[in-house]
Amino acid sequence: MLTVEKNSDGVSRRALLTGGLATGFLLAFHLPLRAASYAANEPVQPPDVTAGKFAPNAFIRIDETGNTTLIMPQVEMGQGTYTSISMILAEELDADWTRVAVLHAPPNDKLYGNPTFGLQVTGNSNSIRAWWKPLRTAGATARAMLVQAAAGEWQVDPASCTTSKGEVTHAASGRKLGYGALALSAQGQTPPKEVPLKDAKDFVYIGQPLKRLDTPDKVNGKAVYGIDALLPDMKVATVAACPVFGGRVAKVDDTAAQKMPGVRKIVVLDDMVAVIGDHMWAAKKGLAALKIEWDEGPNAKVGSKEIWQHLRAASEKDGAVAKSVGDIAKGLATGDKFEASFEMPFLAHASMEPINATVHVRPDACEIWTGTQIMTRVQSEAAKAAGLPVEKVIVNNHLLGGGFGRKLEPDMVVAAVKIAKQVDYPVKVVWTREEDIQHDVYRPIYRDTVAATLVDGKVAAWKYKVAGSAVLARWLPPAFQKGIDIDAVDAAVDAPYDIPNFHVEYVRAEPPAVPTGFWRGVGPNNNVFAVECAMDELARKAGKDPVEFRRAMLASRPRALAVLNSAAEKANWGQPLPPRIGRGICLQPSFETFIATVVEAEVDDMGEVAVRRVVSVVDTGIAVNPDTVKAQIEGGLIFGLTAALYGEITIDKGRVQQSNFHDYRMLRIDQTPKIEVHVVKSGEPPGGIGEAGVNAGPPALRNAIYAATGVALRRMPIDRSLLAVGKKA
Amino acid sequence: MATTLTINGERKSFDAPPEMPLLWVLRDILGMTGTKFGCGIAQCGACTVHIDGKAVRSCVLPVSAVRDRQVTTIEAVGNSPAGAKVQKAWLDLEVVQCGYCQSGQIMAAAALLAATPNPDDSDIDAAMAGNICRCGTYVRIRDAIKHAASGRQS
Repeated sequence: MLTVEKNSDGVSRRALLTGGLATGFLLAFHLPLRAASYAANEPVQPPDVTAGKFAPNAFIRIDETGNTTLIMPQVEMGQGTYTSISMILAEELDADWTRVAVLHAPPNDKLYGNPTFGLQVTGNSNSIRAWWKPLRTAGATARAMLVQAAAGEWQVDPASCTTSKGEVTHAASGRKLGYGALALSAQGQTPPKEVPLKDAKDFVYIGQPLKRLDTPDKVNGKAVYGIDALLPDMKVATVAACPVFGGRVAKVDDTAAQKMPGVRKIVVLDDMVAVIGDHMWAAKKGLAALKIEWDEGPNAKVGSKEIWQHLRAASEKDGAVAKSVGDIAKGLATGDKFEASFEMPFLAHASMEPINATVHVRPDACEIWTGTQIMTRVQSEAAKAAGLPVEKVIVNNHLLGGGFGRKLEPDMVVAAVKIAKQVDYPVKVVWTREEDIQHDVYRPIYRDTVAATLVDGKVAAWKYKVAGSAVLARWLPPAFQKGIDIDAVDAAVDAPYDIPNFHVEYVRAEPPAVPTGFWRGVGPNNNVFAVECAMDELARKAGKDPVEFRRAMLASRPRALAVLNSAAEKANWGQPLPPRIGRGICLQPSFETFIATVVEAEVDDMGEVAVRRVVSVVDTGIAVNPDTVKAQIEGGLIFGLTAALYGEITIDKGRVQQSNFHDYRMLRIDQTPKIEVHVVKSGEPPGGIGEAGVNAGPPALRNAIYAATGVALRRMPIDRSLLAVGKKA
Repeated sequence: MATTLTINGERKSFDAPPEMPLLWVLRDILGMTGTKFGCGIAQCGACTVHIDGKAVRSCVLPVSAVRDRQVTTIEAVGNSPAGAKVQKAWLDLEVVQCGYCQSGQIMAAAALLAATPNPDDSDIDAAMAGNICRCGTYVRIRDAIKHAASGRQS
């Protein structure tokens, strides 16, 4: 837990965690006040002071009182990474967990760049995977320097000293020194070139369900998200972007809006209009009073029908070969043939915190307050928009009210900079939910086709083709090589089954008009769905039970086999169920985590679907914080089930047709099934966990519906009209 | 227009148009940012506050409609026995992920427990179905409400 005493910088340690100072209770107004008149709550986090501290690397600061501040290279968007990263550092450092506080890292790829991407990015479920070794080494190196400092003072062999909970001990002489007392002398030590890392059996923090560091302030209103930025003289803006993708502003009549009380300024950009007001309400009213004419541009006639025709046509072409084993042509020439295609819709992110950014453009600098998954990219894109050198852009990161990939894009910050450039005060730009839903970068539509053959009850040949957007080609161009988007085929090229003739292709097909981006679960979402749905249909064709059928093809994947067997057992697989209730299985190898999930679902006569129970068995290697692993799978399953039951963004006349939670629905508590997550004990390196649960929901539910009704759905979201009694897909 | 409200037991006076939703008064005028904006149309519950102890969506409540009733927000819900129990249960069961919706979830749960000290599953469904959690913490929310009601807190 966090302590709340002042540290040596005079900053409350709670403020260190949240990056801001609580405001609510500072208010005591008794006089009528004009406009925004809150106490200044400048959520600027304290600077990373290294003077007078042990600062052995970019991640660890120990002051002379022993307070330990850990600097987080990855961002906290609910996935628990601030706690898990702190646990990894604290483990090898042998820190006192009760003295640990965390700071958001500033933008700096050199110090805080994710080792996998070379960029300060949080995504692809790889915070722990990428930082596991580097942060353990950072912690162990710091520990070694503290030991050297103590051993030097005592004139003993460092090897005769031990460490625990922020203290170095020399057992032979009974002497002890706290890390605080050693901070300054440790700072003068030469870091060892190589340090041993702990054996897993000696872990004291890793593997324990420690309480999250960020929870206390999230239950009392003190946690500060980007949208909570409050600055002196700040105004609030909201925006209307051209409803048609690619359209621009033609003409704005602001006569009425200019007269609205509280409206300060109307800013017209190329593709959007912003109204700056004393508060969000004035900005919203002002925006509603504008008469905007749009130049709708070339996409004004694009609709879902044409977009899908485009993808279906593209998916008929040959793709770039992502993987080929055996002889696919020969394999497909013999045996029982199976062909199918599976389609996935556009999806919006809809994080609960609508996109927003607060920006103050001063003559010589630009300062930004937001919650982003891409600190350095936000900084460089803001610099371009502000016309300033990168080093003149300060980015203050915050807790994210959900990221899910939406905050892997800098567009909201760039727009906010352009708006803030027009005024000399700070502006908080907040998108309404409607604007957030209609101006997202959407999870791409995919069409995945399968051609397979069965020989002796097993898959003998498997030709699988992914057709869809190459998000990586836009987002990280160097990663797009030889026509293959490695994200789009993720969990397809490494499908867990032993198949002698195995072939995967990719066709890049960018949808007309609609911008696409990463969405929680990324590439594996489409592939785990198509692979696992096809496996169920193949099992039925082979006359086998779906679990039995998979089991026979897992000889070379013992971790996959183990979770499959365990999930089947825990979910009472095979035990009889009443009519129109079924169990569906999903096995996946995504993000270096093996998960088997059983969904039990009921389909009523009208075709409405109720999810009754979900059992997931998870082998993610070493679970740094097993309770966080459970929580991420629970939440990921809900995220995936939401998509399966409701998720689809459709396009008409170049516009998104959905706008808010009434027509872009979310699963709610009254529809939430019992969820049981079992975390396997493992000594393998940690896998990714933030997204894997999302992958499991749709295929396991679809296969449960298949078992309950015999209807093989091949498109998401679930079409109830196909499930009513008497209907056939 | 000068308005005076009682918020968390304190009298607060400010200038706001009468139709301005309470949410924006709290956040943008009074700087009380614990109450969150999620949808603006009473579909998600992130903005839930108590008016005389009842859970209300502040994003659609005109400030003029509050009149002399007591407003309680997440910043002070812990002063009530039900609110304190709910906050404690949320910590005990580690309910929270991103946390953005949790102010609203806690306000809804505290109002439920104050009115119905031992809610069953259907009471929980009825009271909590208006609050969306995009991280999907619903299983723990249900367990935490039961945990708070049971009085078996650590």
